[in-house]
Amino acid sequence: MHLYHGRILVINLTTQEVKVEELSPSLLKGYLGGVGLATRLLYQYLPPASDALSPDNPLVFASSALAGTIIPTANKHAVAAKSPLTGLIGDSISSSFWSLALKRTGFDALIIKGAAASPIYLFIDNDIVHFKKAEHLWGKGSLDTEHCIRSDIGDNRVKVASIGPGGENMVRYACITNDGNRQAGRTGTGAVMGYKKLKAIALRGTRPIKVYNLEEVERISIDIIHKAEGPATEKYRVLGTPANILVLNRLSALPTRNFQQSRFEKAESVSGENLAEHYLAKVMACATCPVACGHIYTVAEGAYSGTQWELDYESLFALGPLCGVDHIPGILKAAELCDYYGIDTISTGSCIAWAMECFEKGLMTREDTEGIDLTFGSHAALVEVVQKIGDRSGIGNLLADGVSIASSKLGRNSEHWAMHSKGLEFPGYDPRAMKTSALGFAVGLRGACHNRSPAYEVDMSGDVDRFKGELGRGSKVKEREDFAAVLDSLIICKFIRRCFGDFYTEVAYLYKQATGLDLTPNELKATGERINNIKKAFNIREGWKPGDDWLPPRLFSDPITDDEGKSTVITEEELRLMIDDYYQARGWTAKGLIPEDKLRALGLEDSIAPMKGLEFGTQVYNL
Amino acid sequence: MVCSSEKEGVFCPELSRIHLVYIDEKMAMSIACRFCENTPCINACPREALEMDEVNNIIRVDKMRCTGCGWCIEACDFGAIVLNRLTKSVVLCDLCEGRSQPKCVELCPKQALKVSTLEITAQSARGKAAKSLL
Repeated sequence: MHLYHGRILVINLTTQEVKVEELSPSLLKGYLGGVGLATRLLYQYLPPASDALSPDNPLVFASSALAGTIIPTANKHAVAAKSPLTGLIGDSISSSFWSLALKRTGFDALIIKGAAASPIYLFIDNDIVHFKKAEHLWGKGSLDTEHCIRSDIGDNRVKVASIGPGGENMVRYACITNDGNRQAGRTGTGAVMGYKKLKAIALRGTRPIKVYNLEEVERISIDIIHKAEGPATEKYRVLGTPANILVLNRLSALPTRNFQQSRFEKAESVSGENLAEHYLAKVMACATCPVACGHIYTVAEGAYSGTQWELDYESLFALGPLCGVDHIPGILKAAELCDYYGIDTISTGSCIAWAMECFEKGLMTREDTEGIDLTFGSHAALVEVVQKIGDRSGIGNLLADGVSIASSKLGRNSEHWAMHSKGLEFPGYDPRAMKTSALGFAVGLRGACHNRSPAYEVDMSGDVDRFKGELGRGSKVKEREDFAAVLDSLIICKFIRRCFGDFYTEVAYLYKQATGLDLTPNELKATGERINNIKKAFNIREGWKPGDDWLPPRLFSDPITDDEGKSTVITEEELRLMIDDYYQARGWTAKGLIPEDKLRALGLEDSIAPMKGLEFGTQVYNL
Repeated sequence: MVCSSEKEGVFCPELSRIHLVYIDEKMAMSIACRFCENTPCINACPREALEMDEVNNIIRVDKMRCTGCGWCIEACDFGAIVLNRLTKSVVLCDLCEGRSQPKCVELCPKQALKVSTLEITAQSARGKAAKSLL
């Protein structure tokens, strides 16, 4: 077995004990790495029904299977923990040199258990784990933290993943930042790290990495690099993901003013085209990536002059159109602040948009906002409230819990426009104009997510009527989810997905050449299904209920206009139809549970027992 | 990464002959042997393990003579020489002798690297200067 190390490092912060445990090749092959391996380990290491913010919730970091090599975009890692935002599976991906260092420490995964009594950081120097005091780092942003740790240790090769003040304050959607501005962004793993009083994990991994067949791995990598120079990645290279603004606006799918509209009349001014013309400073790549999607923009004048930050479509949509803001310097400043605090830009924008609507409808007053004029379109309010969230001060304390918890605390019908599924705020695709995505967001295992459930590809392919929910979408969503699970576990970046022809065949071959483990295209496909089922089993064990697979009320009652100017919503009937279709495609029961023989077929025997006898309403679920 | 795989058969930036240096989060530079005229590394070696190959213009390491003492590493102003801890001898760039061009240059997806000599660099600077005067 090459590339894999066959061992994991288990660190207990309460007792400061460190253990090395072995992983079998069959487990590694069955879950690949990244999201798959992290979820599998979380399932094993989390005592059932533990609180997300408790010492029992382990933080799992799993290396990409293919990291440590020149395979393009494979230097990534996944983080998993029970999400403090959703109470269900929390998993997120980040990339670049920290991921490379993680692979080179000689472990396939790190598991951090327990919690420290006072702020600490870990320095993992290949095999040696140092527990170091971090009082001097508490309160610092990630960039500062990285510089301080590197100068403490005196080696520039040390790579750091850390939380900012948002994670320290346990903002429920805090992220974990590495290499300056790469984030494991969604589901609040940074809050779990903050609860553990773990400021950072510094790595010095210097082990050489060997692959099974170097010549073939190089040949395939070079081939991918060449393809990545062509049309397959053009969108990401040229304008970057902000190119989506005008595309989605045209499709009536650009969420605007907290999903009150799906077209933004000022879309031109926040477009990727406008950003490229007036603000672009540089493009950046993660380690071993030929695409370089990261677009860094600079503000040259005005109140936010000197701000220089990276912006992608999701951050741009959430801090821009979703809050009605078209002021690029203000959006850049807000994004920079989100990254300083270490909080997810999508959830932050969504929480602020929800609060703006509450303010405009009179549910919040200037007294509640401490004088902030929290109206849609105000970039000053946006920038101020981001800071309040990060500091958990004033109105920010409510918003730091996410729209699901915040709206149930505030009540008074504000749940109607709390845009989330299972607690995770929506990404930038309006499900009323993309009905396959509507299904994907409703059943999504980590909530409303375009990464784990890239169903938008189906809507944008032109093969379906995207304004119509119908039978057949279930299997399409399943197929996209399983594909994403494979990519997220190998890990190969979604941005080079079009560089492959017959994906499963080509990637199974690449996997064999890199690791030496035999894997057929069909086995690889089944791996995606296995990973999504272990996530589902995790969710069921941790309290998921059938009614949780649903969408917020606004999407059923408040219409948007379609291409022909007709108003359209999602109907409960069409969503129900698609959900039933999806459960059937997955081989699940009508209530969305996994039958025992399905679990056995996927090699998930150990998840049968915890599911037996779970109550759903008045019915007891017996397998 | 490709440098270490080409030369040592493993992926290991520590064994690479070309090094990525981050000046800040947004600015990176690569540094490798500059084949200096006065060769401080060769002068520093107590065992004459380093030698300038005047024909190919590269510095050769006699692995049998090199003890891995590291004097050449200290003498190099560019940090271009590294010690391979397995073989206990130093390694530095040989421009991928035997290949049509260095592998790093060949594979850089952004064509950001090229091989040049001082004469060619100066020539192109003169060319640019002359054009700007017109």
